[in-house]
Amino acid sequence: MEMLKVLVVDDEPGIRSGIDRILSKFTVGYPFMDEDIGYTVYEASTGEEAIRIFHEDPPDIALLDNKLPGMGGVEVLEYIKRNQLNIEVMMITSFASLELAVKATNIGAYDFVPKPFTPQELRSSMENITKHLFLKRMTQKMNKEGKQIRFQFLSVLSHELKNPLNSIEGYLRMMQERQAGEEIGSYDQMIERAIARIKGMRVLIMDLLDLTKIESGKKNREMQQTDLVKIARISAETMGPMAIQMEVDIKLECPDEFFVMVDAEEMEIILNNLISNAVKYNKIGGTVICRLKAANKKLIIEIEDTGIGIPEDDIPTLFREFVRIRQKETKHIMGSGLGLSIVKRLIALYDGTIEVESHPGEGSIFRVVLPVII
Amino acid sequence: MTNKEYLPLILLADDDPDYLFQMKFALEKGGFRVVTAETMEEAELSMERDKPKLAIFDLMMERDDAGFILSYHAKRKHPEMPVILLTAVTAETGRQFGSNASDGDGWIKADLYLEKGLHPDQLIEHVNSLLNR
Repeated sequence: MEMLKVLVVDDEPGIRSGIDRILSKFTVGYPFMDEDIGYTVYEASTGEEAIRIFHEDPPDIALLDNKLPGMGGVEVLEYIKRNQLNIEVMMITSFASLELAVKATNIGAYDFVPKPFTPQELRSSMENITKHLFLKRMTQKMNKEGKQIRFQFLSVLSHELKNPLNSIEGYLRMMQERQAGEEIGSYDQMIERAIARIKGMRVLIMDLLDLTKIESGKKNREMQQTDLVKIARISAETMGPMAIQMEVDIKLECPDEFFVMVDAEEMEIILNNLISNAVKYNKIGGTVICRLKAANKKLIIEIEDTGIGIPEDDIPTLFREFVRIRQKETKHIMGSGLGLSIVKRLIALYDGTIEVESHPGEGSIFRVVLPVII
Repeated sequence: MTNKEYLPLILLADDDPDYLFQMKFALEKGGFRVVTAETMEEAELSMERDKPKLAIFDLMMERDDAGFILSYHAKRKHPEMPVILLTAVTAETGRQFGSNASDGDGWIKADLYLEKGLHPDQLIEHVNSLLNR
């Protein structure tokens, strides 16, 4: 059981021990919490003592009586907020005036319990403040983790952008310094490599723009009746040059036309990425089959290849950014490392799913299921 | 210049084939023999097989910390072989590497940490000074 520390600040010993008795037997649980939450109660009889305890052994929650002998409860609350202490405050007020309530709420008290209170009143107030505290901490934690993931992403990204820049700069320098001699022909290969790296960077930047658009929700979506077969044909044609080079045959298994309510540009990105992967990671003389069909009122897109396949261990990370499964066979295949991540995000916009079936050495099938109107 | 076989052998490990090509080109011009490795496995193998006089490892290869691991293995098995770690990302990751960075990092004991993208002539200068040439 997780324990929250509760400091009761009240000058009446009876109230302090009463709260102690009620809370020591009380626990709070929610379906979404792993474990119940209980309370460890300790006490202070004045505001000054409470402030000392805040620094020595800070509580998670303070129950503050407003009418204290020296410093008042509101002043203690002000102290907490001024010093940005991470303590949630519940005020205990003997004669609750509206004025006091407004003031304390403005300063940042979470709740009030009027004196005298029943055990049930105290328990339900504690339940609220505990839930609030739990959610607040979860949010903080998730924000922090989000930031870390973002940071990781950025550092890998700058690596992916810097490497090609370094290599292009390196080739240009070699030319500038005539390192391979005065004959321009000696530099052909370097020029070709530099151009290839620039192409790679362009792909990465375009993919990044797509990703940013999807992530920020700023992508203008135009849902309309769209012929997927037409998009699939264009995708296959776009991959034509590479398919010819690899002697890969791209087949479409679908009706003559297939209209669905989607954003055409998004479908184009999904099909382009999946078909181009199926060609790139294929064997010489292999086949790619693109199937479009409907089942249970859902759209199913299947892209099957006869390529090198994906080891089972690598499938869980396949859709993460910059995860390019490194195998001997794929080392020299160009890619931004963002394609499948983009595909997955786009599919999520439709509440769809994507799954992979793969047999190393034989091939893979990427299956997209979209619950769109057919 | 003496017979090529007497030139010191440098192991160069990087997963970027263009970078390998350029550095190899420069180091060979600078009077070294170069053996290249594109994966950690190749690099480990070459350390045993080719017994290089000095090794240059890229930090990020198939693993983000490949250079550290290679460097650790190198220093354990061949403590006499100087190791240079190259990285393109120090500024972005906020990790400051200097020649004395190994003090705080315990087991990461490369002899020199260099930013990728430095002029090959500078790299050769560093290599020469580590080999007391």
